[in-house]
Amino acid sequence: MNKLILSVLLLNLLAACSSNPPKEEVAEPAATSASAASEAPGAAAQETAAADTRAADAQAAADAQAALMEKNSVYFPFDVDAVQDADRETIMNHAEYLASHPDVKVRVEGNADERGSSEYNLGLGQRRANNTKRALVLGGASDSQIETVSYGEEKPRCSDHNEACWAQNRRADINYSAQ
Amino acid sequence: MRRWILSCLLSFAVPAHAVLNIEITGAGEHQTPVSLVRFAGDAAIAQNLLDIVGSDLNRTGLFKLVDPAGKTPHEPRDIRPSEWVGVEAVLIGSIESQPEGKVAVKFRLFDLVRNAELLSQVVTAREDQVRAIGHRIADLVYERMTGSPGVFSTRIAYVSRDEGVYRLVVADSDGDNEQALLTSQEPIMSPSWSPDGRQIAYVSFEKRRAMVYVQSLSSRKRTLIADFPGSNSAPAWSPDGRQIAMVLTRDGESQIYLASSNGGQLRRITHSDAIDTEPSFSPDGKSLLFTSDRGGSPQIYRVSIEDNDVQRLTFESGNAFSPRYHPDGNSFVFAHFNDGVFHIAVHDLESRQTQVLTAGGWEKKPSFAPNGKMILFATEVQGRGILATVSSDGRVKQKMVAQRGDIREPMWGPFLK
Repeated sequence: MNKLILSVLLLNLLAACSSNPPKEEVAEPAATSASAASEAPGAAAQETAAADTRAADAQAAADAQAALMEKNSVYFPFDVDAVQDADRETIMNHAEYLASHPDVKVRVEGNADERGSSEYNLGLGQRRANNTKRALVLGGASDSQIETVSYGEEKPRCSDHNEACWAQNRRADINYSAQ
Repeated sequence: MRRWILSCLLSFAVPAHAVLNIEITGAGEHQTPVSLVRFAGDAAIAQNLLDIVGSDLNRTGLFKLVDPAGKTPHEPRDIRPSEWVGVEAVLIGSIESQPEGKVAVKFRLFDLVRNAELLSQVVTAREDQVRAIGHRIADLVYERMTGSPGVFSTRIAYVSRDEGVYRLVVADSDGDNEQALLTSQEPIMSPSWSPDGRQIAYVSFEKRRAMVYVQSLSSRKRTLIADFPGSNSAPAWSPDGRQIAMVLTRDGESQIYLASSNGGQLRRITHSDAIDTEPSFSPDGKSLLFTSDRGGSPQIYRVSIEDNDVQRLTFESGNAFSPRYHPDGNSFVFAHFNDGVFHIAVHDLESRQTQVLTAGGWEKKPSFAPNGKMILFATEVQGRGILATVSSDGRVKQKMVAQRGDIREPMWGPFLK
């Protein structure tokens, strides 16, 4: 239950990065969850101290969450759809988060650079999304938590015809706010 | 009958806007010298018709338009062959105003070499249908002079992308007379014409992933025909219009399926662990060309619909994409990506030779005109997607530069029956 509340709040936070919800609303249930995870039972005897700890833990959880969400893309070489070693940590972080938050659902969105036909690239993006999902599931996420889609070359992050640009477009995004 | 064709063509006509600058390079091996005489009657309509017919014929690179130099015959008896040395044929005609804003355009093509009339017809239409009349005249002149039907009355479809707004556009084959069939904030891909030219199947991401829709051009009514999990894409109509081949990832990889034209009765055609996509029916409806990376890199393959037997057709260095049959079924056009550039190329199925037709660039998504004489494709000028055509022999090229927007995914429509 606590986890659910936390997830919902975090999702709200993610969905509304531009707005800042009142601090208490975030901190309170988040702290409950955090304390369940990190503190010995009955440790909240001294109310003031506990409140401080809760606030700090909540902040830490929020920071960890923000850090996780900041790295939600994995990248691929040209015409390659296998998840790369360089992204193992990103995959594991999201897999662990999804494993510990079974109610959270994500969309993995595959993309490709423009060096192919739009239809081939749609297929390639789908493969990248599927492989990213497979890696997340191997890391502990549940199959039913993850939907895969492809945008192919249709939604480039960068539109110049050069490798620096293409490298940014060959990616899969783990999108928490799309569901 | 002719009137019916025109009214069908113009069922959603709006005033034409000159939105494209057309730049033509190259010329046919042989250019037939033809003279177009401004028709008698309403001067504005006559000039408009002259411009449309002239520009249509000019774009083929097969004609040399000879200035009539002040001569204004309107009847065959007014033509004195001695005054037209070096000209093979002359187009003459007259425009007659009729009640209810209609005009009757009578035109004749006169062969100056054999001293014979090649063509004599009357087309009646509304005054605001002058473009269609002009294209119709150009079609007939082209047919009499080259032996192949003209494609000036046919239409094309493409996707334009402008500041995050996607439009599915249908236009005349010269790029003019644009009609937006769909406007969306999400990508649109792969328009595909039904064989009768009345419907277009396409991919829209409006529900945030690729799904296949079919839309009627006249009623604008549309039907979602494939929304399986994952991507639904690459629709292609069978020549009889009863079936649509498409690509689904519902079983994992992008694989080709055949469905009835409403999306039912699904049957899987390819069985690989690769990307199989971009199906294109052979004119006899018995096989599909497609792009696959089953051999390691994307190349063109053919699958028999009856027994699902697959054959590899291209062995090019680099990659091959987007195959489309020539209307005679003996060759196909594709986009060849090699050394960092795309070329438009034609592969002959009998000789197994590939001929590169273009200089190369960001050239994608080729399709033949229904007479097989020209190929429409997408290219880029100064970072902006535009339409371009090349003649099937590679000699004549044109670029159609829109005033704004980024144009992609063109597809030449069929002859209108």
